[in-house]
Amino acid sequence: MTSQSSRIIPIVLTLLSYTIIGLLIVLPVALILHEALRQGLHTAFETLKDPEARSAIRLTACVTAIVTVINTAGGIAAAWTLTKYDFRGARLLVSLIELPISVSPVIAGLVWLLLFGRQGWWGNWLGHHGLHIAFAVPGIVLATLFVTFPYVARTLMPYMEQQGRAAEEAAFLFGAGFWKTLIHVTLPDAGWALLSGVLLTTARAMGEFGAVAVISGHIPGVTETMPLHIETLYNGYQSVAAFAMAALLVLVAMTTVLIRMFLERSFRKQHP
Amino acid sequence: MKPLTVTGLRYFPRRRQTLPGFSLSLGLTLLWTGLLVVLPLTALLLRPWQHGIGPMLHALHDARMYAALRVSFICAFLAVLIDLPIGLLLAWTLVRYRPPGHRAVDALIDLPFAIPTAVTGIALATLYGPGGWIGAPAGKLGLKLAFSPAGIVIALTFIGLPFIVRSVEPVLRSFPKDVEEAAFLLGASGWQRFCRILLPALAPPLLSGAGLAFARGIGEYGSVIFIAGNQPFHSEVTPLLIVMRLQEFNYDGATSIALILLVTALLCLVAVSHLRRSVSSGLVREDSA
Amino acid sequence: MKILSSRRYTLKGTLALAAALIAGPCLSAAHAADYHLLNVSYDPTRELYSDINHAFPAFWSRTHSGDSVVVTSSHGGSGAQARSVLEGAPADVVTLGLAYDIDILAQNGLLATDWQKRLPHNSTPYTSTIVFLVRKGNPKNIHDWPDLIRDGIQVVTPNPKTSGGARWNYLAAWGWALHQPGGTEQSATAYLKALFAHVPVLDTGARGATNSFVQRGLGDVLIAWEDEALLASRDLGPDKFDIVVPPLTILAEPPVATVDRNVQEHGTEAVSRAYLDFLFSPEGQRIGARHYFRPVDPAIQAETAAVFPHTTTFDVASLGGWTRLQKAHFSDGGVFDQIYSH
Repeated sequence: MTSQSSRIIPIVLTLLSYTIIGLLIVLPVALILHEALRQGLHTAFETLKDPEARSAIRLTACVTAIVTVINTAGGIAAAWTLTKYDFRGARLLVSLIELPISVSPVIAGLVWLLLFGRQGWWGNWLGHHGLHIAFAVPGIVLATLFVTFPYVARTLMPYMEQQGRAAEEAAFLFGAGFWKTLIHVTLPDAGWALLSGVLLTTARAMGEFGAVAVISGHIPGVTETMPLHIETLYNGYQSVAAFAMAALLVLVAMTTVLIRMFLERSFRKQHP
Repeated sequence: MKPLTVTGLRYFPRRRQTLPGFSLSLGLTLLWTGLLVVLPLTALLLRPWQHGIGPMLHALHDARMYAALRVSFICAFLAVLIDLPIGLLLAWTLVRYRPPGHRAVDALIDLPFAIPTAVTGIALATLYGPGGWIGAPAGKLGLKLAFSPAGIVIALTFIGLPFIVRSVEPVLRSFPKDVEEAAFLLGASGWQRFCRILLPALAPPLLSGAGLAFARGIGEYGSVIFIAGNQPFHSEVTPLLIVMRLQEFNYDGATSIALILLVTALLCLVAVSHLRRSVSSGLVREDSA
Repeated sequence: MKILSSRRYTLKGTLALAAALIAGPCLSAAHAADYHLLNVSYDPTRELYSDINHAFPAFWSRTHSGDSVVVTSSHGGSGAQARSVLEGAPADVVTLGLAYDIDILAQNGLLATDWQKRLPHNSTPYTSTIVFLVRKGNPKNIHDWPDLIRDGIQVVTPNPKTSGGARWNYLAAWGWALHQPGGTEQSATAYLKALFAHVPVLDTGARGATNSFVQRGLGDVLIAWEDEALLASRDLGPDKFDIVVPPLTILAEPPVATVDRNVQEHGTEAVSRAYLDFLFSPEGQRIGARHYFRPVDPAIQAETAAVFPHTTTFDVASLGGWTRLQKAHFSDGGVFDQIYSH
């Protein structure tokens, strides 16, 4: 009896989990691809060639690149500072760095509006001097920076913590400077974690909607990123075009997920 | 290289700071955090009071805001309640049974986190809408899923799932098999083993995953607005109300609600982490998480 | 050492990836246009301005050969759009749902306060009216305003605080109630309160409301711009919807203007003005009529009379004018807030 049930339970539970995954995750993804290809692959590609679609893709790529570079640099600095030195206030700093995760994306957009909108603290003054931040590309970059702020630091810190400080201290004793130590000793060792954090940042930056929606102004061809353009297309009854662009984003997201999985697995093999 | 390092350390016992570049890297970190997080959040903290206490009082008397907060919190809570057993089941199956294709399924679990929220929104609205693959048959049974609070719960369940699975998985993986085996030898049934031994050990990671999923749920915007129906007092979530206030050009109102939402979200996170600590100190020592 | 070097490749890979991501897209952002106009418009004009933007460059090059013009339009709730221009969206022209939204821009110094006198017909190139869109065959038997507050009727209309169309809807209902025998402001407020109790969803813009009614199947009746209703009933689902024109409704006048401060900054005064003139030209008027906007040019009116149903209308001036109405109804604590404050 026991052995029979112990054989059946795994099968039942596995079938159950696969059904849930299928309903909850696979079905929406399948629907996106289905709706995108409703009028054939060719039509789907044609909608992506529309000038406004191309401009949205370009803007998203550009914003993602800038955001990824800045938050990667900041994330490395933060992870290094917090794991390689002891200082007062370190815990507070960690909480501050993790804070953006629990802030609603809408608030992440709003806070920049409070600084740089025409009703905000500095927006009017900057506007008179020809600097437009809110309702322009810099605002989109700032909102995305806030939303993706913690990811690199958060993925790096546990690995750097594990590394300890011995290798760096040795390198320093051998005469390596700060940058040399960071670039040749610490980072190569945390390479997998770094790349994984970078990918996470990229994925979130590409897809940010709420924060960007608040600060962008929705000007097609100028300040519309891919997710915003999807909303515009969807509201304009252009279902195929909306889902074609959605499918493109889903494919990129799936690629990121696969690369991260591969990275993690090779990391686990190296550090069993 | 390693022995040398050790000798090195012996020669130079660790003082407070052994590595160079402390002020440089701390400076960079503070600059990055200060400009991108502290500065904007300060604006959020100060703005509601800029025109006196009036706007905040006005917000605190706004029945629509309380309704929106209630919708956000209840829906996020229900979604977490649904996610907890599902997430535990998925983590359990993937870690313990390693069924065929478990690697692919494991990767799929990250998708809700990686797929842009607007994409999730239009996909779920179409899927669960009156003419959708799930919405149409559900409609025949008299169930209205999309454009009602149920739609919000669906979207938040989707969004929250990876948080639960990813916090439970590592604990489950490192859970000492011999404890379970000992219990088995002592005659505990499968269900008893699960309830008495595994569940207490899994409670802390489940709680922290739930806390993260909940915090994300109450702040979620993109995936929710397409499927919610957005009816004031009924299916309007707090982030949408903030956007509404902004579009009405009511900055003080928007900021007051935003501050209230942020503070409540943080309080919930603190409460969860306290609960987590008391659970883990009361039942098992948490050395695996 | 071997491990170390292989790890270093990972790092280099990361850097290379980042570099490629930056360099690729940022270097290729050039447009061949001499002029790039931005028209910030309201919700139901997406299809209209998509055609106008296509037709205008030819019109312009008749007098300015060699120039090229690209016009982009952005759409959303009229009030929200006005606010984004106020916040710094670089609009050359605004083509909004109602005069008040452009007045706000004028009050903030973005254009001259007498902007409405600069173009014919009070700067209104097309008019519209407010009608009801119902499900095919009119199953709920809706013919006039009182039918909307019958038990069991669900009405879809957007949020008047953000949408221009919604303000026209609201004022059409308000005006109708005032015009009833014995109608007073109290009775009109009571009617509106009853009406909004039947509204299950308040979208931010007219297009969102149409989507709720058409795509999501919400509600029994959509109060909508005539152009939006004709678009939905003739183009989106000819066999799914009917239009009901109430016997008394409002004359909606969506105006247009150039944004002086922005066109001076962009050097696009002439081409922006020409873009607006094009809307009043026979060609522009015909494109408008094709998208169900009522022309103001008498000749084109006669040409397209068959498209538009006849009805009796009142205008906003007869209700007291935008400035007064906006303050009384849509400001913080106004009549609309009182309706929703339970």
